[in-house]
Amino acid sequence: MKKTLTTLALGAAMAAGPAMADLVFPDLSYRTGPYAAGGIPFSDGYNDYFTLLNERDGGIGGVPAKVIECETGYNTEKGVECYESTKGEGALIYQPLSTGITYQLIPKVTADNIPLHTMGYGRTSAANGEVFSHVFNYPANYWNGASGVVNHLLEENGGDLSGKKIALVYHNSAYGKEPIRTLEELSKKHGFELVTLPVDHPGQEQKSQWLQIRRERPDNVVMWGWGVMNQVAIQEAANIRFPMENFIGVWWSGAEHDVMSAGAKANGYKAVTFHNVGRDFPVFDDIKTHVSDKGLAAGAGDQIGNVLYNRGMYAAMLAAEAAKTAQEIHGTKDITAAMMRDGMEALVMTEEKMAGLGMPNFGPAFNVSCENHGGPGLVGVTQWDADSQTWSLISDFKATDGEVIGGLIAEDSGAYAAENNIEAGCK
Amino acid sequence: MPEQLAFAMEVTLNGLMAGVLYALVALGFVLIYKASGIFNYAQGVMALFAAMTLVGIMNGQVPFSHLINAMLGTEIHHFGWHVPGLLAILLTVGVMVLLAWLVQVCVMRHLVGQEPIILFMATIGLAYFLEGVSDLMWGSEIKTLDVGLPQGINIAIEDATYKLFDYGFFVDNLDIVATVIAALLVTGLVLFSQYTKQGRAMRAVADDHQAALSVGISLNFIWVLVWSVAGFVALVAGIMWGTKSGVQFSLSLIALKALPVLMLGGFTSIPGAIVGGLIIGVGEKLFEFLVGPMVGGATENWFAYVLALLFLVFRPQGLFGEKIIERV
Repeated sequence: MKKTLTTLALGAAMAAGPAMADLVFPDLSYRTGPYAAGGIPFSDGYNDYFTLLNERDGGIGGVPAKVIECETGYNTEKGVECYESTKGEGALIYQPLSTGITYQLIPKVTADNIPLHTMGYGRTSAANGEVFSHVFNYPANYWNGASGVVNHLLEENGGDLSGKKIALVYHNSAYGKEPIRTLEELSKKHGFELVTLPVDHPGQEQKSQWLQIRRERPDNVVMWGWGVMNQVAIQEAANIRFPMENFIGVWWSGAEHDVMSAGAKANGYKAVTFHNVGRDFPVFDDIKTHVSDKGLAAGAGDQIGNVLYNRGMYAAMLAAEAAKTAQEIHGTKDITAAMMRDGMEALVMTEEKMAGLGMPNFGPAFNVSCENHGGPGLVGVTQWDADSQTWSLISDFKATDGEVIGGLIAEDSGAYAAENNIEAGCK
Repeated sequence: MPEQLAFAMEVTLNGLMAGVLYALVALGFVLIYKASGIFNYAQGVMALFAAMTLVGIMNGQVPFSHLINAMLGTEIHHFGWHVPGLLAILLTVGVMVLLAWLVQVCVMRHLVGQEPIILFMATIGLAYFLEGVSDLMWGSEIKTLDVGLPQGINIAIEDATYKLFDYGFFVDNLDIVATVIAALLVTGLVLFSQYTKQGRAMRAVADDHQAALSVGISLNFIWVLVWSVAGFVALVAGIMWGTKSGVQFSLSLIALKALPVLMLGGFTSIPGAIVGGLIIGVGEKLFEFLVGPMVGGATENWFAYVLALLFLVFRPQGLFGEKIIERV
């Protein structure tokens, strides 16, 4: 009897303990706090995709994926605490969905030999893999976003922006200030006037900024916002009767919840993107069958197909594909974080591969290399239809200004390398 | 008229309107502080809770549905009905009264006679608790609030000012409504405190707890009443701000806008909250208009506090606050 009880206790302890073979993907989420509206759908998408892989495919290469969620509240200190508390669990990759947390984690992940993926956010110059060996920001970064906006405006204006006035309404934080340098360079190149209007956190009150826009009458307004700032800006733009088709946001200002509060007045508002939008992809049928219908969805299941849900799912898909690549490179299913880094650096995303995953034309095809951790930097444009309450991709994913962005990346990453005594290069 | 002067007038007008919205939040703080000496850190979260409850009731949302579904494996989210705005507001007022009673019974009653800092800490705890309950009860997603308030530029003012100054001023219809409602609210509060038995009892408690007790006034009742009125004010502020931005967590941060108003106007004066709000609103907007472009903008948040501190140097109790003299 005593032996049986001991066996049972040991068995229970083994079952309750972490399965060593699991592939661990920490999710530094924020389901609470002022930015929860953006954090929830992203995390739901991230979690649901790994659940889908476990339920449909038995994991990645037959090894179950395990997501460890840690709440950061979009707070940098908490984000670092989450990193420290989860890295010992065998974490393969971090995707913190916060530029502030990213900046704190860059030296830590490099020292700990764990890759960091900051898709469309974080430190832009991390695209230079020769300096930032463990940081990846493919398929596009902030500066691609800024250049994508300008390219779209160039297209709309017959390739000529000279004499135009473009206002940038931005979150007054490290994140919001990211595009300024690029836009300044692009304003010199294309001859438009750039007016910058900072909005303090959280952005609930923006009357001054929109009165100034009303006075200065810019031809276009570009928004670099997050959280409540987005909803208020779109409402204020509608209030001053600024034409929505001339108002365009970065990808963090282009989700359903950003435009819904303004109702019909938000119709025509645009945002750049680095992935596709909507529910018209076979992967969602699989998620319904293998995740939601089984009651395994990460959230209430009401975010599926939303812009930020898709982005979280895309982030998870890219991580899973990098893990598969790492398994192939190293000839083992049970990969480590160091192997995962190699997988990310050797990642090849083709349209054929994405179609096979049920995500045809979901994002651009690209290759990652040691020199280029930033991917191709292709940017598309989406537009909000208030009647159908849907975002639609209204352009292809197009190239951004590599000349300007490349120069800025070289300059910023060079300064980082000098400050931190990093010898740039590929080993 | 020079263009810049017209712009400055427009900014001033909008500053006044913004000030009214700040004052709406500050009023809730004043009511509780005046009656009980408690600085209610949870006032901003009460505005969030009230607005979320209002939207939840209007949409027929099942409270705690995520929790219920997770525990019981059900898929219940809505009752299947929509409640008209006015009725939903009345029901929300009921919820805020219930909340006031719970706060009094579960928290404040046990802390009678404690140091102000203890009471303040209790309200910090209450704020975080209420934040969590709001999320759990109604979910964290952004909710659209539409109780029929008009939004957008007021065409009549735009046309009239265009004729006068050759430049049409922007004034948001919602801000005009907020101003009218704030005026009604203050008038109502003044009439309530001057001409009703409960209002006079409230004032008596505010003046001297011991003396009020000695003439048979129930402190428990008065504090429930005060928290209820503060809850109602929070609901009004929540509706105004929530209509603008959608109802979401950030509503709780509007309390930050009320602090300089309180510092300037005084913690114990209802007119002080209004005048303080107007001064802060106009001051920060004009500063942003005149100086902002020279220093890179985004001056409003810090300038409001600088302005309040400047007033504090000359009147530590605020413009309308009661001067506290302690004799040894």
